Amino acid sequence: MPLEALDTLPDGPEKDYLWTLNFGPQHPATHTTLRLILTLDGETVVKAVPDIGFLHSGFEKLGEDLDFNQYVTIVDRMNYISPIANEIAWHHVVEKLMGIDLTPRCKYIRTILAELARISDHLLCTGAQALDLGAFTAFLYGFQQREVIYDIYETISGQRFHPSYTRVGGLLYDVTEEFVRKVRSFVQEFPATHADMCRLLNRNRIFVERTQGIGVLSKELAINLSCTGPIARASGVVRDLRKDEPYLAYGELQNTFKVICATDGDSYTRYLVRMEEMLESLKIIAAAIENLPAGAVNVDVDSKVVFPAQTSVYRTIESMIQHFELVMPNRQWTPPLDEVYGAIESPNGELGFYIVSDGTGVAYRARTRPPSYIHFATFPYLIEGHQLSDVVAVLGSLNIIAAELDR
Amino acid sequence: MPARNVDRTKRIIMPFDTIITALKGRFADLATSEFRDNRRVVVAPAQLFDVLKSLQEEHGFDLLFEMTAADYLKYPNAVDRFGVVYGLLNTVTGERVFVKTVLNEPDLTLPSAFSLWKGADWLEREIYDMYGILFDGHPDLRRILMPEAFAGHPLRKDYPLRGRGERHNFPVITRANS
Repeated sequence: MPLEALDTLPDGPEKDYLWTLNFGPQHPATHTTLRLILTLDGETVVKAVPDIGFLHSGFEKLGEDLDFNQYVTIVDRMNYISPIANEIAWHHVVEKLMGIDLTPRCKYIRTILAELARISDHLLCTGAQALDLGAFTAFLYGFQQREVIYDIYETISGQRFHPSYTRVGGLLYDVTEEFVRKVRSFVQEFPATHADMCRLLNRNRIFVERTQGIGVLSKELAINLSCTGPIARASGVVRDLRKDEPYLAYGELQNTFKVICATDGDSYTRYLVRMEEMLESLKIIAAAIENLPAGAVNVDVDSKVVFPAQTSVYRTIESMIQHFELVMPNRQWTPPLDEVYGAIESPNGELGFYIVSDGTGVAYRARTRPPSYIHFATFPYLIEGHQLSDVVAVLGSLNIIAAELDR
Repeated sequence: MPARNVDRTKRIIMPFDTIITALKGRFADLATSEFRDNRRVVVAPAQLFDVLKSLQEEHGFDLLFEMTAADYLKYPNAVDRFGVVYGLLNTVTGERVFVKTVLNEPDLTLPSAFSLWKGADWLEREIYDMYGILFDGHPDLRRILMPEAFAGHPLRKDYPLRGRGERHNFPVITRANS
């Protein structure tokens, strides 16, 4: 977006002292491929124009070709820092479209995984924000705990990075005792790492001075620019879908967590909000893992939306037919002929999908509401008037994931 | 739920049905529909901007959380070509409303919502990029995800899926010759 700032300058040789710096697309502080065209007055940023699309891979076009279960492997690759949150969001909307009510066990498992994803995402964001400002250690501490979360993903699905674990009406497999054990030990051990990171950064003079008062987003601007999630909450917008529109097990776990809000709206506040949110997530995980309901993980097989168990597919003709019906491209699910928007509170903000259904098992239109895309649009407003070295401080606090940005 | 310190003084809070009645009183030909918890208002493109403005200024829908389009070329029993959907949220009451409008060739122009929400900037650019819908009054309507020299609008239904070997020579279908 061209800011009005440049237009107010007089034309002619007076403008000549402004110079243009090309930041990215390959730059260590952009982490992925995005480009900024900065107009600078000395070291002060007068105008920033983001240039994106380097990682555009047509995810939404693929969503119009792959069925509801197949597309989960693609949404995995949007925000690959917290892939399971994308899967949960996608199937949340598909299930909303079809009117499927999940089993209590599935709701709890998905809630635990969504919160693990939030911790994993916030660890990377806060760690990388510190890394960009020169604090390497906090980043490594964070990554060590992210490895533990990857181990948990591996336990449930066999895949560390892109679990593709959710399915329409349930999950790929039920979780095992080992999952419960690993989550319990994570709940035990994580606070120590969190405290280490806080001690390294919260009062670190370099970190604080480089982030406090930098990239201030006012509440009015946050709302006007469609911000959601930790970025909006750091600016005083009290919105959290987990409280406001409870989904999965959040309604039942309502009293175990608080919504973290702040009013300063600068990079440091966004960092603090994310750090505190991790502890709230941990409380949700602790409550959910101890109250994990027994029972089936998938909805009733007679609803014809889930695959029957493998043994019954081999042994009974009804199950075999049902399995067959769900994999044949001309059969599959029969959702209503309508369109629906649904969203979850992903680590980055409201992650929504808008599905237009033509009554088949493949979405006619599978729109993603990508929080990274919407938050990156705020960047020119945030960086205006700051120094060149503040670019990384602001960029790090927005947690832009280019795969989700460009899709 | 913990108490929240929300400044409610500046907002007008109305139940949803009251909002619909108020809108219907002001704008003729306003259709509404509902599916799951999505409540939709369907308006003609000519009224779109006024409806959006009215929702923002009089009914407190201050956050444009979503804006997207769909190409109904191959949709069963559809008569219109494109649909554009605006998702509005009232950050105080948490209410959501979807405003939908339909467009047909050759006039694929809508008024830009940028003057109401700065957040519409990139969302409108994406719709222009993917569907070729123009937004009148947008300050900088350029392609955003595809390269600037790219021809065609990839999310249209007449655009081929695979691209390579197909994208340079595909039949352009319009609603009239479909």
